[in-house]
Amino acid sequence: MMIIPEDHIEQSLEASLDHCIKCNICTAACPVSAVTDLFPGPKYVGPQAQRFRHARQPSPDESVDYCSGCRVCNEVCPTGVRIAELNARARARLVAERGIPLRNRLISRSGLVGRLGAGPHAPIANALLGSKPLRMVIERTLGIAREAPLPAFSRYTFRSWFRRRRAPQIDAGTPKRQVVYFHGCSANYYEPWIGKAVVAVLEHNGFEVLLPRQRCCGLPLLSNGDFAAARRAHEENVAFLAPYALRTIPIVGASTSCTLTLKEEAPELLGMQSDTVRAVAQQTYDIFEFLRLLHMRGELRTDFRPIERTLPYHPPCQLRAHRIGRPALDVLELVPGLRLIETHAGCCGIAGTYGLKVEKYRISMDVGAPLFETVRRSGADMALCDSETCRWQISHGAGVVARHPIEILAEAYGLVT
Amino acid sequence: MRTLTTDVLVIGGGATGAGALRDLSLRGIRSALVEKGDLTHGTTGRYHGLLHSGGRYVVKDPQSAEECARENEILRKIMPHCIEETGGLFVVTPADDESYAERFIAACRRTGVWVEEIPVREALRREPLLNPRIQRAFAVRDGAADSFLATHANADDARRHGAQVMTYHRVTRLERVGDRIVGALCEDLRSGETVRIHAGFIINATGAWAGKIAAMAGLRINVVPGKGTMIAMNHRIVNTVVNRCKMPSDGDIIVPIHTVAVLGTTDIPVPDPDVYDITPEEVRLILEEGECLIPGVSRMRALRAWAGVRPLYKDQDAGNDRDIPRTYKLLDHETRDGVSGMVSIVGGKWTTYRLMAEHTVNLVAQRLGVTTPCRTADLTIEPSHDGAAAAPRAPARSQFAILASPFYMLGHRLAEVEADDSYGDLICECELVTRAHLEAAIRSDGTANLDDLRRDTRLGMGPCQGGFCTYRAAAIWHELRDGATHTVGAPPATALLRHFLQERWKGVTPTLWGDQLRQERLDELNYLETLAVDRLPEATLDAIEQPRDVVIEEVV
Repeated sequence: MMIIPEDHIEQSLEASLDHCIKCNICTAACPVSAVTDLFPGPKYVGPQAQRFRHARQPSPDESVDYCSGCRVCNEVCPTGVRIAELNARARARLVAERGIPLRNRLISRSGLVGRLGAGPHAPIANALLGSKPLRMVIERTLGIAREAPLPAFSRYTFRSWFRRRRAPQIDAGTPKRQVVYFHGCSANYYEPWIGKAVVAVLEHNGFEVLLPRQRCCGLPLLSNGDFAAARRAHEENVAFLAPYALRTIPIVGASTSCTLTLKEEAPELLGMQSDTVRAVAQQTYDIFEFLRLLHMRGELRTDFRPIERTLPYHPPCQLRAHRIGRPALDVLELVPGLRLIETHAGCCGIAGTYGLKVEKYRISMDVGAPLFETVRRSGADMALCDSETCRWQISHGAGVVARHPIEILAEAYGLVT
Repeated sequence: MRTLTTDVLVIGGGATGAGALRDLSLRGIRSALVEKGDLTHGTTGRYHGLLHSGGRYVVKDPQSAEECARENEILRKIMPHCIEETGGLFVVTPADDESYAERFIAACRRTGVWVEEIPVREALRREPLLNPRIQRAFAVRDGAADSFLATHANADDARRHGAQVMTYHRVTRLERVGDRIVGALCEDLRSGETVRIHAGFIINATGAWAGKIAAMAGLRINVVPGKGTMIAMNHRIVNTVVNRCKMPSDGDIIVPIHTVAVLGTTDIPVPDPDVYDITPEEVRLILEEGECLIPGVSRMRALRAWAGVRPLYKDQDAGNDRDIPRTYKLLDHETRDGVSGMVSIVGGKWTTYRLMAEHTVNLVAQRLGVTTPCRTADLTIEPSHDGAAAAPRAPARSQFAILASPFYMLGHRLAEVEADDSYGDLICECELVTRAHLEAAIRSDGTANLDDLRRDTRLGMGPCQGGFCTYRAAAIWHELRDGATHTVGAPPATALLRHFLQERWKGVTPTLWGDQLRQERLDELNYLETLAVDRLPEATLDAIEQPRDVVIEEVV
C-alpha cells in the first residue's frame, strides 16, 4: 500500500533538508527535547535522520514518534527547512510499516468518540471517565494516561442545537452576507457553547451562518501517522466545503487546529493539490483572523460593553503556525477595560492527543510547566486560548478555567450564549 | 634505524595492496605492507564508490566488463557489509545516441553482464527525480561500495593471519643488489625514523604512483595518472546507480553512497599524481551533464568536490586516455626488465582489486615456491575494523530489522543509534558518529589525524563539513591521546583541528554557492569569531601527513 505519494510535494520536502546548516536553533527552541532524553530534537529526527531514510528500505528510526508536532522548529528555522513536515511523514512511514496501535486509532478519531459519548447519555459517560479505578484500567489496557485531561461530553451536540433554534431575523436593509462555520469535533461534542458564541458573534455582525455537513478535519489522524484515514477525511470535507469556497463564501473555524489543517496541514502532508482542495484552503480563516479582517475593512461592530479584567492569553502552537500574528489580541484590544497578557511561555505540551498517551503524559506536563506557572502567577482565575486541547491542558495544569477568546468577545457584545 | 625482515613487502595501502596482503597471509606467506599515508589515502579513498556491474565497459572494453561482472558477484559474497545493493540503471536520455542501446544489450550478452530492460515508467517509479524524457532503461547489478571499510577489512583480516601493516611509512629507496631487488628503506613519517625492510619479494601496488616507485629501482613504468573529479550532493537524490547509456564520458554517472549521491566524473591526464587541481569548468561540466539524468540537479545542494587519480597503464598507442583499457596489468619486472624480486600491478579498478591481488600473488607465490591456492574468492571477510562494529553494541531490537541485513543499508547507522539510544552522544551529527565510534577509532593503531578518523568513521563528511564535529573530535583526541603528556595547552589538538578544517575547506571551495556557502559562513563564524582558531598559538604536528601539493583554484 503506497501511503505517501511520490509527488512534487514529497520532493520539495525532501529538498528542504538541503537548507539545514545544522545551526541547532530548532533544537534550542524545541519544547520536547528540552524536557526529555527520549526525543533527540527536531534537527536529529528531521533533516539529519532524513538523509538516512530510504524509500525502499524499512524505517530505521522511531524516536521521531516523540515529536509532538508543535511546529516551533519550523517557526524558528532561519533557512526554511520544513522540519515538522519531515517528522510527520517519517512517523507516517513508521505507521504504514508497523501498523497503528489500538489506542492511537481510538484517540485519533475525535468524531467517532464524540458521537459515542455526546448526547443525553453524556452524564453516564462522563461519570465513567471520571472514575479513577476505571481510568487505571484504561491506562493499563489502552495506554491513555489516567491523569490526562479528557474533556467532558456535552449532553447535546452543537449541530442539534443549531438545527432546532429559531433562525434570527436579518435586517432587510443590510446586504446578505454568508459565512460557513466549521465547528470541528470539540464544539460539536464537548463545548457547544463555543459554537454558539461563534454563531452569535457572526450573526451580530450581520452574517447568515451556514452549517454544511462536515467531519473531523483529520489533524489527530495526521499527528498519529494515519495518513490514509486523514486523506479520506480531508477528501470528504473538501467535497462538503468546496461548493461554498468556489462561491467565495468564507469558511471560519474557532478551533485553530482545524482551520490550520484545512488551510495547510492536510494538503501539504498528504500532497493534495487539486483546485478544489486549494479553493477550500484559500477560503478558510481562523475566527479572529476573519474578525480582524472585518475590522480592517471597517465592517466589525464595536458596540462593546466594558469588561474590567486582566487575563493571561496563550497563543497555541497551531495558531502560531498560521503565521497570522495574534488576531485575538488585536480584536479583543477593542473591548474597553479588557487587558490581555500574552504568556510567551511556549507550548502547553498537550499537542492534541500527544499528552494523553501514557508514555508521553509526563513529557507533556513538563513541557507545559512554564506556561502553567505563568498562568498561576498571573493571579487570574481564567486564561484564554484558541485551541481546545490546549485549554483542557491549561485547566489541568494550572487549575484555572480556560476559555476561548470568542466567549469573551460574545460577552463584550452582550450576547447571551 | 629499525630493521625488519619479511617474505613479501607490499607497497601501497589501497584496495589492491590490502587485498594482496590478505591473499598472501591466507596462503601463509609472511608479509608486511607500507603506506605513506593512511590506508586508502590515495586513489581508493577518492573514488565514487561504484561496484561495477561491468555495464560501463561492455562496448568499449569487454575484458574489463567480464572481470567486473565476475568480481561483482564475488565481492557481494565475501564482504556484504561493505556493499550496498543499490542496483543500477543505464538510461537513454534525449541527449544520447539511440543506436548505442542495441550495441549495449548485445555486448552485455557477449560479456556475461546481467542486464534487463525495464519500462521507462518503472524506472521513473524507482527514481522519481530521473529525467521523465528518458527513452529506455536497463537494469544492471551495479552497487555501492565502501572502499574505506573494505580496505580496512582486508588489512585487518591479513593482520589476523600474521601480516604487518605500517601506515605513514614512505618508501625512500628500493634496495637493489645487482639485478635483484632485496628490500626497501622507509621513513616513518611520524617519528622520522628510518626503517629498513628486507623482503624476499616486493609487490608494487601503488597505482598512480607505481612509476615513481619503479623509478627508485631504475625501472620505467608508463603510468598516466588520470584525474577524475567528483561532486558529492548533500543527500541521496537517487537510490540507484544511474548511468547514461552511451560510450563512457565525462559526468555520465550518479552513485548513491552512504548519505550522499556522487556525480562523476571527469578524466583528465595529469603529469604527477600528487599535483592536480579542480577547475570551475570541471565542476560546471559535471553539473551540466548531470542535468540530462536529473533535471534540476545543478540547483541542488552540492557538498564538496574532490578528485582521485586513476592508475592508467599505457603500454601501447592509445588515442586518448579514455581509450586506455580499464583492465589491469601485472608487470613482472624479471621477464620485462630483467630485474627480479619485484612485480608491479597497475591499472584496473576497485571492483577488480581482489582479482588483481590474486593474479599478483599467484606469480609471487610461484616465485617463492608456495603452492597454497588463493582462497580470497571463497572466504568471507568478517566485519571488524569499522568503528561502529568496534564499539559496544546494544542488542539489536527486533523492530530494527535493518540491522540484520548482511548488506550495508542506508539506515543502518541511524538504526544503531536508535537501538542503543546513543543520540545524545553524537560527535558528528550529520553522519551520526557517536563518541564510542570515535574513541574506538582514535584508539586503533595507525590513526594519526582527524582525517584518518574521517575515513574510519565518516566524521565531518556530512552537510556541515566538520563545522560542529571538528572541535569536539579534537578535544576527545586530546583527552585520549595527548592529554597526559601535554598538561598545559593543547598544541597537537590545535594542529589536528586546523589540519582537518583545512582538508574540509579544500573540498568545499569548488562548491561555494547557495546552501553550502551559507553553511561555510556559519562554520567560519564558529571557528574564527567564536573559537578564534586563527589566534591559537602556532603548532605543528609531526604525526600528521606531509602537506600535499594539491592546488585548488578559487571558485566564486
